[in-house]
Amino acid sequence: MGAIQNKLEGPVSEELALVRAAKRGDDAAFEELVRRYDRNVFRIAQHITQNREDAEDVVQEAFLKAYGNLAKFQEQSKFYTWLVRIAVNEALMKLRRRKPERTVSLDEDIKTEDDSLPREIADWSPNPEQQYTQAELREILSKTIQGLPPGFRTVFVLRDVEGLSTEETAAALELSVPAVKSRLLRARLQLRERLGRYFQRREGENGKAGARDGDIKNGDVASGDGNQ
Amino acid sequence: MKCSEFLNELTSYLDGVLDEKTKVELENHLSWCHNCYVVCDTTKKTIEIYRDSQLYELPEDLRSRLRSAIMTKCLQHKKRGPQSV
Repeated sequence: MGAIQNKLEGPVSEELALVRAAKRGDDAAFEELVRRYDRNVFRIAQHITQNREDAEDVVQEAFLKAYGNLAKFQEQSKFYTWLVRIAVNEALMKLRRRKPERTVSLDEDIKTEDDSLPREIADWSPNPEQQYTQAELREILSKTIQGLPPGFRTVFVLRDVEGLSTEETAAALELSVPAVKSRLLRARLQLRERLGRYFQRREGENGKAGARDGDIKNGDVASGDGNQ
Repeated sequence: MKCSEFLNELTSYLDGVLDEKTKVELENHLSWCHNCYVVCDTTKKTIEIYRDSQLYELPEDLRSRLRSAIMTKCLQHKKRGPQSV
């Protein structure tokens, strides 16, 4: 089993050249930065807020804030890491406004007892994702990740979906490196366990994908994981 | 290596940042402990499925609209001065 490579290895110097041009007032350079990262910011925002309109607002607000504060960007980190930090803060603010009864913060879900040790160790079907249509799979993945506390899913999304390094994730979220590592492990294990409900190897399955007897349309997904 | 030790090293192993000695110990553990093998394999699949899922892709038409709204607001901000953000 090999390691999983991070996918985001952009040319930093090119990014820095764009940032410096934008600082000098070159709006086309800033627009290029928007083009470069708008998809990432949108994904991150939607993962945190779980709401499409909020995610659209976050994209606009994050870039506008970055534009207005560009002079304050010290170039000690990648522009992208700095932008992610702004976007995460904007997204958490949206979440707080939407769920005022709960205090939403990245620190809320730390528990001392180890609650993420695997309890169910059933194996999955080979190529489990092929048991479902694209739309069904997206619904499963979306519902499953929604069940994680915001602090866990944000770390998972930055590290495993967007490909930030542990150090970049720590910087973007203003967390320590050990805190990022601990949350990442728990997030990965919890997602694994929850996805197992849909992807488990069925009785009598002989290694060929597609032998499903359940269907997510039967309400399996809709009944969900319960939110946190 | 015990199962609990395997779990502590799992994230580093999947990220490919484990030192050679620990990696050998971990892989030795996986060769005989079926439960840990399954946890490792399915956790890796979990990450790959999310990474490849294209969940929350930004449609091109919405992308253009957002970008033009962002640039319009940026230019308004520039005209009004830095206190407006």
